Order: sequence, then structure tokens, then C-alpha cells
Amino acid sequence: MARVLILFAHPALERSRVHQRLIRRIPDSPDLTFHDLYEAYPRLDIDVEREQQLLLDHDVVAFQHPFYWYSTPPILKQWQDLVLEHGWAYGSEGEALQGKSLIPLISAGGGEEAYCTAGYNRFSVRQLLAPIEQTAALCGMEFLPPFVVFGTHRLDPAGIVAQEERYHALLEALLAGEPDASERQRLTGAITINGFVSRLVS
Amino acid sequence: MTTQTFFTQAFVYLTAAVVAVPLAKRFGLGSVLGYLLAGVVIGPFVFGFVGAEGEDVMHFAEFGVVMMLFVIGLELEPSLLWRLRAPILGLGGLQVGITTALVTGICLAVGLPWQQALAVGMIIALSSTAIVLQTLAEKGLLKSSGGQSAFSVLLFQDIAVIPMLALMPLLATQHMELSGEEHHAAETWISTLPGWGRALAVLGAVAAIIVGGRYLLRPFFRILGQVRMREVFTAASLLLVIGIALLMTQVGLSPALGTFLAGVVLANSEYRHELEADIEPFKGLLLGLFFISVGASIDFGLIGNEPGLIASLTAGMIGLKFAVLIGLARAFKLGTDQAFLFAFALPQVGEFAFVLLSFASQEGVLGSQITDPLVASVALSMAVTPLLLVFNDRVLQPRVGTRPAAEREADVIAENHPVLIAGFGSFGSTVGRLLKAQGIGTTVLDVDSDQVELLRRMGLKVYYGDATRHDLLETAGAAEARMLVVALDSPATTLDVVKTARKHFPNLQIFARAFEWRDSFDLYEAGVTYVYREALDSSLRLGTDVMRAMGFRAYHAERATQKFLRHDQESLALLATMKGEEESVYITAARRRIEDLEQLLAADLQDDGLDRDAGWDPEALRADFGQRPDRAE
Repeated sequence: MARVLILFAHPALERSRVHQRLIRRIPDSPDLTFHDLYEAYPRLDIDVEREQQLLLDHDVVAFQHPFYWYSTPPILKQWQDLVLEHGWAYGSEGEALQGKSLIPLISAGGGEEAYCTAGYNRFSVRQLLAPIEQTAALCGMEFLPPFVVFGTHRLDPAGIVAQEERYHALLEALLAGEPDASERQRLTGAITINGFVSRLVS
Repeated sequence: MTTQTFFTQAFVYLTAAVVAVPLAKRFGLGSVLGYLLAGVVIGPFVFGFVGAEGEDVMHFAEFGVVMMLFVIGLELEPSLLWRLRAPILGLGGLQVGITTALVTGICLAVGLPWQQALAVGMIIALSSTAIVLQTLAEKGLLKSSGGQSAFSVLLFQDIAVIPMLALMPLLATQHMELSGEEHHAAETWISTLPGWGRALAVLGAVAAIIVGGRYLLRPFFRILGQVRMREVFTAASLLLVIGIALLMTQVGLSPALGTFLAGVVLANSEYRHELEADIEPFKGLLLGLFFISVGASIDFGLIGNEPGLIASLTAGMIGLKFAVLIGLARAFKLGTDQAFLFAFALPQVGEFAFVLLSFASQEGVLGSQITDPLVASVALSMAVTPLLLVFNDRVLQPRVGTRPAAEREADVIAENHPVLIAGFGSFGSTVGRLLKAQGIGTTVLDVDSDQVELLRRMGLKVYYGDATRHDLLETAGAAEARMLVVALDSPATTLDVVKTARKHFPNLQIFARAFEWRDSFDLYEAGVTYVYREALDSSLRLGTDVMRAMGFRAYHAERATQKFLRHDQESLALLATMKGEEESVYITAARRRIEDLEQLLAADLQDDGLDRDAGWDPEALRADFGQRPDRAE
């Protein structure tokens, strides 16, 4: 069992094709908190105390957002800058987040093949997410490889439905405390968690 | 009167006003005193340009008072009037009651029969609505607690005139033969009705004004508005005021009271500004005319013959009324200088006294051996009022009143605050609280002395006084401060402060509160960079919340609002450049507002950038995904 916090950042959800559909399939569980950052802080005026309390109340933290320009939308960066305080999240006395997990849930317009040395994006998604991974490491959190919906520009309605199922299955698994220790071991070097999710839905 | 003499007279009156008023204002004496002096100068005892017909002019010009009360009513929401009920009844009732009783007593003591004594007592109890309100409004003191109290008393007096007029005939000691012409209120058709019929007619008239104002006038004005003829609307506004005045006179009520009531009823209507703009110039001119005729009617011949009698009468009236007023102000817990303002504003005997005196002599209550010296003293007491207020302002207040600076602050010279805030009403105080919460030192200037006392007790550094005076700004530390926040609630004063500050303290960065688009133009033109329309942010925030309640995403609503704000500023800047000097000054403020709005709305429709966040729009990328997307989502 694990309590899951989704930190959702989409500046224009009303135009989104994928995330709008995904979040409809969030499991209805008292252990899952969906936190819509742009809705809560339209002026980017993050309430640090409230955010820290939310982190303390959960075991798994998910950053869900479109992968704009290889990064998070600005509110999530603002959130990191303000909430992950020295002496609280990191530093010699900053141990509040020790042992929790961090997982990105992202959508990318380009296909999986574009995100490799030979592709036009030249780096893998996991490489591009290095700042987040390192942030997690500095805070003593375990970084799980990202769940990525690739090629959103090409996704047809059926493809989106399939992605909804995968997203739902992953969240159910996270709530159930998965992936377990041995599975996590295997995921250490994985570029994405997508393979694990495929096994969940098959 | 032939056309020729009419033009000659108009020429004389207008010249007097145009010359005297700016002069009086230049010397800080206020327009009322200017008009009065102009009247004295053109009157029979200096140049003699106008003579006996001055009396008629005065009666005609009294209509200015009626219009003034209409305009005041327009600015007075019913809820405010309700809040004032205690001072109106308490303060006003006591003032009229006590003064009447005292004067009556004195008259009895000098041997007048009781009927005459009571008549004189009632007449002297009244003050001059015209002079007091005009002077206080000019000084921006109407909203101070002393000003509000004065207003309440004046309102009560306006109501009290009605029973006084009704009482006069009963006080007649010698029976008068009815003169052929039936020219005053009590002799209209209504006097033929029995008592209950009269009461019914009065109630009916008041009800007609309230119901008509509520339900009939709006559609009426809407139809007129569709005609799109400016002068028809002006004619309708005048018609309204004159019609109500006539109706009131018919049923024996004071026309001023009737139009005041109509004003209050219309205070919440959408035509309020138009009506105000239409009536305003007539009101101003008529009031000016009225003051001039008061000045011209001062009988210097009589004063010359009996200087001692007139002087002691005038001084006695003023002194007695002043004493009553000061006592009441104390009893009603006004602060020292508000009490003085209140008492110095109201000690004169007002224009109603002229009406009552002539009525009283017609009714045979008072003979001319009493009314003549009284008329002279009343006129003198009115002329002296602006002088008394100047005395209060310049001599008395600096000694006994709230001092410009808090005394204990005087020695803390090192503590010069970087921010000055002129005006600490709801606007300025919010700014001040925000800055104080950030530990930024602010110095406050305000004209409401009771408020100043309170703020000082709360530990704020507050200066009392008019921020348009550069010496006061200087004392408050304008030379060392860095920012000046002008948060006053009148556009004209705001502009004055800005100009003074720009001239004497170029070191100050000015942040000014504006009211409407036009005010912002004026401020930009005066060289202010930071201009804030007072209703802008709250209206935008409200709009944002409506969008959110409609289901828009918070961030979308927020950005849309910010973008709109930027667009609005640009449209305004454009509008400002388009408005040249050639624009007719005869267009009323309200008409301009509508034209401006029209242009702004047109600009809103043209700006297709108002809803553009292409960066977040996947559609273009989706259309293009076959080729290489130019970015990575």
C-alpha cells in the first residue's frame, strides 16, 4: 500500500488531447491525491507550507505534465524551487522526503524513436530528465523511470484509449505498493517504466 | 424688462462673476466670497450697476439652491441618508429647537409680543444651505465628520421650513387684507382643501416623486436617449427639476426638499451622471447669481444710518448660533477641530430667512421696523461666513486643531519615510497597510482630522492637511522621500497634488489613483508614469472569477485577464493620442464616457491576439507532424 500524490501541471488543459483523457481515469482512492497546480496557483504563488504537508502525507510523488521543450512547465519548476527547501528536503538536516519515490508521468509529441542518439531529439527521455532524477537523489528519494506517452501528435482516439488504460493500471499498481523491491531493482537502468506498464495491462 | 436691459444686466452680472471669482480664489478665499464681493461692487452702494431689481434676481436665483439639493441628492444614496438619520433628527432638531427658543426668549425680553418673538426665533435658527455646502464642497470637507454634521443640520432645516411656513399665518397680530395676487405657497388651490385633504395631497406628491422616480423616469429617459439629441436630454433634466419644484410649491412643501428627494431616488439610476452633468452648469450659474444678488442686496444705507444696531444684531446672531452649535458639537462628540468647522460653517442666517421674512411681513406678523434691520443683518451674516471659515482655517485651526504633524514625531527627524501617501481613505489605507506589512515606512497626509487622530493613536505617522499645499508636503518630508502615492478621492485635487509635487519635489516618483479614462489621460499628460484606475483591478478580478465559475481553468482566466489588462492600456494610450484639443468642451463627461467605451469595445473586437496561446496549441504541430516538428513536445 502506498499513498500517491499527483502534482499535475498543464498550462492549457482545455487544449490538451491526452492529459484531459488520462486524468479522467485516475483511480478513485482515498490514498490518491490529484493536485492541479495551475488551478491552485494561477499566479504561481505557491503555498509552500501546504505543499510540504502534502508531500509528508504521501509516499509516491508523481510529476504529471506535457514534456514542453524537454522540461516541465514553469509552475513545476517554481514548485521545486520553493517547496524543496534546504534544511527540509535536502542538506544536512533536510530529511523530510527520505525514502519516498518520485516518478514523472509525461506526454511527448515525438515518437520513442526520436528520443535516442540517432533520433532528432538526440537524447533519451531519461537523459533529458536528468535534473529531476538528480533532484530526487539529493532529496533522498527513489527515482522511478518515467511513464511516457510518446507520439501524442500521431495518437488516434483508439491510441488515446489504450494510453488511458495503461495510465490507470500504473496508478493502481503504485497505490498497491508496486513495483516491489526486486522489480525496482530491474528498473534501475530502464529508460522508461513503459515496459513494466505493458506487463500490467497484458 | 426689455431685451436691451436684460442683456445689459446679464453682461454686468457675468462680468462681475468672471472677474471676482478667480480673484477670490487666487487669494484663497473661495468662490462664494468672490461672488458676494462682486455683488457688493456692482450693487447700488458702490457702482450702482444693478438696483432694486436685485431682489427679483435673488428670488429667481434661489432656484439654484433647489438645483443644488437635486445634485446633492443624486450623490447621496438612500442607504447613506438612512445612516445619517440620527444626526439629522438629533443634531438638526436640537439646533433648530434650542436656537429658536433662545432667540424667542431674547426677543421677549426686549419687549416683542410672543408671536413676533417666535417668528424671529424661527427665522434666525435657519442657516444658509447654499453658502455652507458650496464652501465646504470647495474645500473638500463635506465628507469629514464636521461636514457631514453640518449637512445633516441643513437637511433638517430644509424640512423644518415647511411647518414654519405653515405656522406664520397663525402668528399674525394684525389682520391683513388679502392682496389681490395670490403669489405664495399657502394660497394655492390646496389651501381650499380641508386639513385631511392637504395632508393627503402632500403625501401624494411625495409618493408621486418616489414612485415616478423609480418606475417612470427611466423609461422616459431611455426614450429620450434614443433620440440622440443632447439638448433634449438637458431640457428633460431641467423639466424634471422645475416640474418637481412646481409640484412641491403647489402642495406647500419646500421645492428644495422635493428635488432633493427626487435626487436621492435617482441616485441609483443609470442616468445619474447625465443628469448631474446637465444640471451642474445651471446650478453653478444660478448659485453664483444668488450669491451676487445677496451681496448686492446688502443695504449699506441702512447700515450707515444705524451701524451700531446692525453690527450688534449681526454679531449677536452669529455669536448665539455659534455658541449653540459648539455646545451641540461637543455633546455629539465631534473632535475639537471638527467641532470648530461645524460651528464656523453654520452660524449665519440663511436664504430661507429672506423668504420667511417677506412671508412674515405679508402675513402681517412682522413690521418693516423689524424686518429691514433683520434683512441687512442676515445678508451681512451670510457675507461674513466665508470669512469666518477662512479665519477658522488660517488662524484658529493651526493653534487649537489637529496639528499638521504629530508632536512627538517632531524630534525624530532621522526617521524620514521613503513613501508619502496623500489620502488615507479605503484606497490609500490599503496601499499603506500593504507597505507597512512589508516594513516599508510610510507617511500619511489626510484632511479628515478625526481620522488623523485615530491613525496617530494607532502609531502611524500622519500629517493633517491638504496635500496640495507644498509647505505641508515639505513638512511631511517630501524633499527626502522617494515615492509619493496620491490616493485622494477627487480627480481635480489629485491633479493639483501631482502638479505641486512635480514642480517642487522632482525627486518624487509619483503613483497616482485615477478614476476614469479621462483622469488617467490628464495624469499621463501631467507627467505621471504610474496611473491606476481605481475600479480597474477589482473589476478585472471579478471578471476572472466569473470566468472560473463558468468552468474556465484558473490559469487561463488569469492569463486572459492579464492580457486584457495590457490590451486595455494600449487601447487607452491610443485613445489618448486621438483626443485632441479640438474636442468640444460642451460634451458632457457622461457622453464622452460612452464614446470612449464605444472605441474601446471596437478595439477589443479587432485585437485577435486576445485569445492566442499558440505555443500550447497542439493542432499546428499535429498538422505538421509528418515533417520535422520544430519543437519537441
